Amino acid sequence: MKRRDFLQHTLAASTLIGLGGTGLTSFTPSTKKITVLHTNDVHSHIDPFGPDDGRNPNQGGVARRASLINSIRKDNPNTLLLDAGDIFQGTPYFNYYGGELEFKLMSMLKYDVATIGNHDFDNSIEGLYAQLPHAKFDFVSANYDFSNTVLDTHVKPYKIIIKDGIKIGIFGLGVKLQGLVDKNMYKETVYLDPTETSQEMTKILKDDEQCDLIICLSHLGYHYKNHPERPSDLKLAAATKHIDLIIGGHTHTFLKKPTIVKNLEGKNMLVNQVGCYGINLGKIDFYFDGNKNKSANGTSIIV
Amino acid sequence: MNYKQVCLIIVLTFCVACKTDVHLNKVEGKQINISDSLAIDTNIEDFIKPYRDNVNKNLDSVLAYAVDTYSKRDGNYNTAIGNMMADAVFEQANPVFKNRTGKNIDFVLLNHGGIRAIISKGKVTTRTAYEVMPFENSVVVVTLKGTQVKELIDYLVADKRAHPISKLKVVLDSNEQLKSAELDGKPIDFNATYNVATNDYLYNGGDSMNFFKTNDSLYVLDYKIRNVLIDYFTKIDTLNPVRDDRFIQLNN
Repeated sequence: MKRRDFLQHTLAASTLIGLGGTGLTSFTPSTKKITVLHTNDVHSHIDPFGPDDGRNPNQGGVARRASLINSIRKDNPNTLLLDAGDIFQGTPYFNYYGGELEFKLMSMLKYDVATIGNHDFDNSIEGLYAQLPHAKFDFVSANYDFSNTVLDTHVKPYKIIIKDGIKIGIFGLGVKLQGLVDKNMYKETVYLDPTETSQEMTKILKDDEQCDLIICLSHLGYHYKNHPERPSDLKLAAATKHIDLIIGGHTHTFLKKPTIVKNLEGKNMLVNQVGCYGINLGKIDFYFDGNKNKSANGTSIIV
Repeated sequence: MNYKQVCLIIVLTFCVACKTDVHLNKVEGKQINISDSLAIDTNIEDFIKPYRDNVNKNLDSVLAYAVDTYSKRDGNYNTAIGNMMADAVFEQANPVFKNRTGKNIDFVLLNHGGIRAIISKGKVTTRTAYEVMPFENSVVVVTLKGTQVKELIDYLVADKRAHPISKLKVVLDSNEQLKSAELDGKPIDFNATYNVATNDYLYNGGDSMNFFKTNDSLYVLDYKIRNVLIDYFTKIDTLNPVRDDRFIQLNN
């Protein structure tokens, strides 16, 4: 208990300096680093593509992704692992096991949060519900109202995770299901406007929950050149504020690097998506400092 | 308030102060390719192995033998592989439909684009069925009015692709115009109604087959096209489909 007392004394002393000593520059808290790793549209690609594959030979594979993630976690324990949906459908593993293996492996890789893609309804909403016990991670979706479905209460609009004292709010968005997914599959799931939903979410996460970092896991799609009216990550980014990162999916967009977008307030934020089939892993590092006198400094984004 | 409580309050105050003070200073983003230069996590690999072995064992089990290699590119208007698929849908789905409704399927229409792979000469496996039909589409039977069947025939005539059909016979003249459309050797009665088997993708307007939508009745059989193929391959020993005269153009 001696050590604890010492810590408390030290903290109390620091607080006094912090509260009263505006002119003191000796207050130099260390930088905190949060690493966000992400995948999207893995589509049941558990094994790597074979050597004879015409497009992606020897790429991907969960066992290799696992070793990469482990080494990144070793480097920074304050790491989050997220997925932006369409976990299901694409190889016979899904046809045979209905998503069980996908969820079990994601649990072994210690995924934190995922959102729901349109193909995650491919065995119907009951099929998704039936696999939930295999997922030791959470699903978030803020614009699918599951009240009248079996997923009611099993999918939350957002999740808050605290890493190294940094409060991270993560909310999910799904694509419009009508015309894309058979109604027999998604049943009474109600799709809500993603922009309005995001405004609500950021209000909750920023104003009420006071999150330091807000991440949107989106399965809306990156951008629709031929249908500019459709909700997309780029449109959402420009129409909202307080979102630091949109992790996208659905359009299987391979980007050379994350896209910097100006949000509603003219502040820079990031939109990223890493193609599909587990070929790439996205890695975004957020560096925080506790400097009180940095009000003039913005955030530098390096991609 | 004792000393510890005071300390706690101070600590809490400090934390709140900290919270509002943290500043996002810098963001660095990149993507990392999952290439074969990365190590394989043996723990994960060992976990996958029994699943993989089971899937492969099932997928590679031999269901039939193909006497030749069949591709959807082999022929105009009708192909051996397409004929096989449409015939298999009729053969497998009609008993289910008849059992439920007491009625027969009159004819089958699938789409040429829905044949996703060739069938190679030799062993036909479950994997073959997954390659030819990776999607989860299922058989539906739609009751169409004669006028819609006319639209369907017009679609086939205009599209000139080897969309798989079964039981239906369509003949074009040398100018690619409709000469005859028959079922069971009799001309189609455009005042009658017909039960047409297709898949839910086409029923929902896939490949612009919009004639399916305002139908009298829809029967969902919950029978996946891939399972139709697997069941059909299991039933037969030798796969030996042929091109025939079900959809042809006359030379003169």
